[in-house]
Amino acid sequence: MSSEVGQQHPLGIYWVVWGGLFVVSALSYATDFLPQGLLRWGLILLFMFVKAGYIVAIFMHLKYERWALIYALLVPPGALLVLVGLMWMESDYTWLTRVVYFGADENPQPASLHD
Amino acid sequence: MAATAGHATLFEDWSSDITTFKGVSWGKAMMWIFLLSDTFIFSCFLTGYMTVRTAAAEPWPNASEVFALTVLGQSVPLLLIAIMTFDLITSSGTMALAVNYGYRREKKKAVRLILATAFFGAVFVGMQGIEWWKLIHDGVRPWDNPFGAEQFGACFFMITGFHGLHVSAGVVYLLVIAHRVHKGRYDHTNFEIIEVVGLYWHFVDLVWVFIFAFFYLW
Repeated sequence: MSSEVGQQHPLGIYWVVWGGLFVVSALSYATDFLPQGLLRWGLILLFMFVKAGYIVAIFMHLKYERWALIYALLVPPGALLVLVGLMWMESDYTWLTRVVYFGADENPQPASLHD
Repeated sequence: MAATAGHATLFEDWSSDITTFKGVSWGKAMMWIFLLSDTFIFSCFLTGYMTVRTAAAEPWPNASEVFALTVLGQSVPLLLIAIMTFDLITSSGTMALAVNYGYRREKKKAVRLILATAFFGAVFVGMQGIEWWKLIHDGVRPWDNPFGAEQFGACFFMITGFHGLHVSAGVVYLLVIAHRVHKGRYDHTNFEIIEVVGLYWHFVDLVWVFIFAFFYLW
């Protein structure tokens, strides 16, 4: 009965994914020691998506569901990319306005806590 | 059940004029729909955070320094946040095992693992309390902070607060389900209820992955 509706899988894969998540989290934490730049941001995003993918695919069993459910869940968030794109442009414009019309510093130096 | 029988099933299922999500109980389908809507809420918060951060002309506080802890005279960046991350992953692991043991009808193990998950969740909330306490002590407010752009505090309290509420609610949810499973309320089922509560719990962990990347590391 349980195999008809439920998500029954061998235990092994959970241990592997669990361990993997620990390793990727450690790597993710390690990016904090990199200087700001493309390499750092690229690795942050890479590790983030790897972790998110494993959680959704294995722990939440989405990998084992039918396509009808997978698409219903993964397609709608695509709309968020449009929102992010629009807000990115908008905020960049706001920033430019602040620099051009309100005399904000174009290259502010972050305040250090240890000064 | 051939769970992933190719893309052909996508169109068959959606045009079948009966249950679309075949083999998925209503409880599970509705939890997924709820989580999808929750995804939009958290995404709106994170997008709002991106917007005010990109638009800020004042320097954004360096999270690496703001959230550093001093251990043995050495400043370690994001130490508490890293521990919280590992704690939440640990709870996700125990949750996944609980689901599995539920389907195996090993009730005792399942209940213990759910309780362990709730414990790690409570520990997470506790550590978040320490984090908030420290930041408030340092002078961070939703409208002001000593480190840079004012919007930092508003984003921090809003995003981590909303996530913390999710974790807190999840702990209560887990305890209720553990109690009911223990009492035998689901003995006539295949314990899918544990998978449904598990979906919620993994989602809370999932959101933390994005908060960790965008708020603390970026």
